[in-house]
Amino acid sequence: MRKLIVAASVALAMMAGVAHAQERDLRIAFDVPYEPFEYKDEDGELTGFEVELAEAMCEEMGANCEFVIQAWDGMIPGLLARKFDLIMSSMSITPERAERVLFSDPYYNTPGGWFGPESFDTDVTDMEAMEGMTVGVQRGTTMDTYVTEEMGGVVSIKRYTTADDMVLDLEGERLDVVFVDYPVGEQTVLSKDGFKEVGEPVKLGEGVGVAMRKRDKDLADEVNAALATLKEDGTYDTIMEKYFDYDIKM
Amino acid sequence: MPEFIAELLNRNDIFTASTIMEYWEGMVLTVQLVFLSLILGLVLAVPLAIMRTSKNPLINTPVWLYTYVFRGTPLLVQLYIIYYGLAQIEGIQQTFWWDIFREAFYPALLAFTLNTAAYTTEIIRGAIVATPSGEIEAAKAYGMSWALRMRRIIMPSAARRAVQAYSNEVIFMLHASAIASVVTLVDLTGAARNIYSRFYAPFEAFIFVALLYMALTFLLVFAFRKLENYLLRHQRPVTG
Repeated sequence: MRKLIVAASVALAMMAGVAHAQERDLRIAFDVPYEPFEYKDEDGELTGFEVELAEAMCEEMGANCEFVIQAWDGMIPGLLARKFDLIMSSMSITPERAERVLFSDPYYNTPGGWFGPESFDTDVTDMEAMEGMTVGVQRGTTMDTYVTEEMGGVVSIKRYTTADDMVLDLEGERLDVVFVDYPVGEQTVLSKDGFKEVGEPVKLGEGVGVAMRKRDKDLADEVNAALATLKEDGTYDTIMEKYFDYDIKM
Repeated sequence: MPEFIAELLNRNDIFTASTIMEYWEGMVLTVQLVFLSLILGLVLAVPLAIMRTSKNPLINTPVWLYTYVFRGTPLLVQLYIIYYGLAQIEGIQQTFWWDIFREAFYPALLAFTLNTAAYTTEIIRGAIVATPSGEIEAAKAYGMSWALRMRRIIMPSAARRAVQAYSNEVIFMLHASAIASVVTLVDLTGAARNIYSRFYAPFEAFIFVALLYMALTFLLVFAFRKLENYLLRHQRPVTG
């Protein structure tokens, strides 16, 4: 009997140890500025839809989270090199990416939007009219893939690392039109005078998911469970309504 | 195409015919940019270097200021100022200048030219200043005018002293041209960045481009060795 008690208490202690280990430290990477998903406010504090969602998710998972800033180019390599554990930086789920990383269930999907100057009156789906135009996209995004595949030989495509550089060139009239994630275009282009939406938004891809290393399958289960809870208990909607007046929930 | 290369190309996802073409086009642009900016830079640098050695402060101070500014700031910053700065000038879009500066190629060419001209000016100036005074005195004793002295004595001897330092500048310029990719130009580095972002394969994309830069550098080193052998042939030991 005593042996059993000892064994049971050892087992309990081990379980406690396991439970303690599960209160893990997680580092989450964001690429800023990508308004309104992740950006720094006037005080230099990291904020935005995904940042708040990440905070809620960490609380739900009981994890100790640290937020890391990482430029988009180095996102996946940084994850694989263990510089951080999760990417929550509007990374759309694509088959190419899914070969390198493990995605959670999608947590939002925004369309790609066409934005240009007031004077722009060409139908962006009319390939003949678009011939010879210069289109700006962010390098490596689903918008980039779409324009490259659909209009590759027709328009000249300029690829930018940041949305800021691209908008500068749109203002400077080096670009005729940009094709960019809708909310980003709304924040960066439509907020300026003399610019408008010039075409129907295009739904692209399977939505945005949290990216993790392939071997972190348990972590993915936890993330999925936490996201599902947030979507259900209204936390997700509260955060979404704070940043968007349209639905991006998935 | 040899069998084994075709085999190699078929066995991987990244180096397909279309990405090889992208690298090739990037290489063409890199070579164009570097070659043009070096030629223009050298053409600018020779008169500037002569002005820089002038004893008249009205002539040498502006050149000093120019080389100081362009050697004192990073090329990346110069490129940003020229590329984005020019587009912010009110009304420039309505002038003929915009036909030139709308394309990313010309702002980049301008930045590279001004930058390399500044460094080359200082290289040539150093070589001119180091001309042995005996050579100049001898030329004067022969009654040569300033222009004739410059052409016959000082510049040829300065060229011999400058060529080694200049070959370094040429190689630096080739590598510095990689920053053209930040202003949307698809040069070698731009091609590598595009391919990298498509396949998320940093090693393959960048090691391949590094090899291409090394191949270009090898050609430059080879060409400059030939040039040095030619210019410095009087220093070669006489052998049977």
